[in-house]
Amino acid sequence: MDFRDTPEGAEYRKKARAFLEQHAQLEPPDSGRGYRDGNDDPAALERAREWQRIKADAGYAGITWPREYAGQGGTTLEQIIYEQEEAQFDIPRGNFFYIGLGWAMPTLFQWSNKEEILKHAGKVLRGDEIWCQLFSEPAGGSDLAALRTKAVRDGDDWIINGQKIWTSGGQYSDFGILVARNDTTQAKHKGLTCFILDMKSPGVEVRPIRQMSGDSHFNEVFFDNVRIPDSRRLGEVGDGWKVAMTTLMNERYNLVELVPPDFEQIFHLAQNTVLESGPALDDPAIREKLADLYCRAQGMTYTNFRTMSALSQGKTPGPEVSIGKLVNSGRLQESADLGSDLFEQSGMLMEEDMPMRALFQRAYLYSPGWRLGGGTDEILRNTIAERVLGLPQDVRLDKGVAFKDIPTGPTGN
Amino acid sequence: MNFDFPDEVKAMQIQADDYLTQTNARAAARHVIEGAPSAARRDWAEMAQMGWTGLIIPEHLGGNDIGYIAQCALAYELGRHVSPAPMASSIYLVAEALVRYGSDAQKQKWLPALAEGRISACFAEAEGLSQGRGDLCAAQVANGVLSGVKKPVPDGMDAELALVVAQEDGETGLYLVELQASGVTRQVVQTIEGIREHAAITFDKAEVDLLVRGQTALTDIKQRAAVCIAFEQVGGAQACLDMAVAFAKERFAFGRAIGSFQAIKHKLADMFVAIELARSNAYFAAWALSTDARELPVAAATARLSAGKAYWLAAKENVQTHGGLGFTWELDCHLYYRRHKALKLLLGGNRVWENRLIDGLKSGLVEL
Repeated sequence: MDFRDTPEGAEYRKKARAFLEQHAQLEPPDSGRGYRDGNDDPAALERAREWQRIKADAGYAGITWPREYAGQGGTTLEQIIYEQEEAQFDIPRGNFFYIGLGWAMPTLFQWSNKEEILKHAGKVLRGDEIWCQLFSEPAGGSDLAALRTKAVRDGDDWIINGQKIWTSGGQYSDFGILVARNDTTQAKHKGLTCFILDMKSPGVEVRPIRQMSGDSHFNEVFFDNVRIPDSRRLGEVGDGWKVAMTTLMNERYNLVELVPPDFEQIFHLAQNTVLESGPALDDPAIREKLADLYCRAQGMTYTNFRTMSALSQGKTPGPEVSIGKLVNSGRLQESADLGSDLFEQSGMLMEEDMPMRALFQRAYLYSPGWRLGGGTDEILRNTIAERVLGLPQDVRLDKGVAFKDIPTGPTGN
Repeated sequence: MNFDFPDEVKAMQIQADDYLTQTNARAAARHVIEGAPSAARRDWAEMAQMGWTGLIIPEHLGGNDIGYIAQCALAYELGRHVSPAPMASSIYLVAEALVRYGSDAQKQKWLPALAEGRISACFAEAEGLSQGRGDLCAAQVANGVLSGVKKPVPDGMDAELALVVAQEDGETGLYLVELQASGVTRQVVQTIEGIREHAAITFDKAEVDLLVRGQTALTDIKQRAAVCIAFEQVGGAQACLDMAVAFAKERFAFGRAIGSFQAIKHKLADMFVAIELARSNAYFAAWALSTDARELPVAAATARLSAGKAYWLAAKENVQTHGGLGFTWELDCHLYYRRHKALKLLLGGNRVWENRLIDGLKSGLVEL
């Protein structure tokens, strides 16, 4: 057993590290690092775009993309190594581009044509084009296939009417991947089709949603007779579920990222906070909670090592990859809770002079979203139970029923 | 990076699983609790022949010295099959202490006998209710003889050798005591576990052989054993999850398999998550143990806390998933529920290890 990178991995890490050292500063744990500036801030977008260009020029954008699409043709392992290194530096963290880079383009690689892909790939790599995912609807979140946005064929076009919700970054997106219902007489998973939507099309209206944290990362998107040419359809008519799932699988994999506060930050806080009984770190009740958070944090670190071991040997990682988001979002919320509790009544304060720029207080308000987005805790548990443990599906009242006949409320349709 | 058992260790693990299945280790555990304590050592000689008792013992002392990673893999299987064999007492604790601290004469005298399965050994630390008071212990050594009472001592009834924690001139020490010598009397005590026989051992001026002095050595031995025991815990937890999943697929209620209910699914998914975290932490601790890494104190505590948490969840929710059946003597759910408690308390409970973990982090033993 060992934790060393393979010689190629070590070489890659060294180069990535040198690149980062040349362009950014290491960030100390007490800086509140990793805190995301509000995504509705245009200045944050500009800073993030500038950093994205530097990365793209140096070959650290689209690391796993195929070379024919302006990517680096690298491995998932290289992507992970780069992210591990980047996480330690003070860089603009806006998260404006991850949908395009990690989800949308990989979906196009599989379902679109070379001409279309080349129109976008270079711009996405440099942060000049932003993508969103138009999936969830008021009637379809965890039950995504309950979506009702309609796509009706009209000559060479499709006409779209309906509404999406929880669209990350919709307010500044240039394009989106849309899944809509083309046939309500089919069973719910069958009558769906996917499209590339130009967000500047007439009839598209984006309204930001104010989240409980006060930020507006998500949006509602309304479609009023929006036209999409059939040439921008992804996959066959009626294959929308299959296409949507490729994107979702990418999403699950990519969401296993670390959102602050991490363990080092909560530990640092406990070490530097004095309670009436002495240092918070020496209080037995705090110790118990910290020990538990540490066990979960390390458990994830070493679980990622297991994944990296499999990848570095050219094997498919085992079912342990499915636990990441569930574990990380839970400990994120608990760290935020503990970090604000340490200050008793003053733990309420969200002033900038609070430790780590009030990271723990902010995290208290943004952490609930991480237990919901990209598969709720409950959906992820179902997935583990069914896909990993092989337990039977729940009884379904919507299976094999024409979509139009599926009940949608206590009084029927 | 290779964060996985090497192939030859995996092969040994498969062999161990086969052997424990064929010899029905779980049934042996049941024999012990149903009044046939000799079942615990039924397969001891055979296990020794397969090399299981000699993994950390040098070749010139009768062992095979294959190493700690293999011992951890074996521990996982023993835990999964809830084997009653006295491996933790004899090897993870006593052989370990001899290998690390024994004089040549002490090693020559005991290690070949342990490696060859001719004897078993026990670790005697607890003293009834006074155990709750940390490192204080009443057992005293003076002029080369020991007096005091140790209980409960797992595997203590059958063992030939004891490693006893006692005080001498106000200092903690570890002493080797031959249990068939004069001045030693043993009595069976009832415990929650029952699938390993526990003893109360009374020493009345029994002759001792000093192994090592000092609290540091005691802590060292316990944290090294804790890594192997963490693998037994993860193995036990995995067995509970496997039992619960199998039952949830075949048991029908309200016209459907109970595994199709989310209340059951989510319980079992949580067990899976806890086990995978514990497994990953145990792997890291195995690496730290096998390389004598400076991270070992933190790694061992992390592995132990994580494995104990997973086993607790899995053991109690396995009973719960089985419903009334899970509460019967007839089903094996209780064997794991019992074993969980034994493994959690042997070497000290969570409080002890939480402190050790946080103290280790405070003193910068690992990079955060």
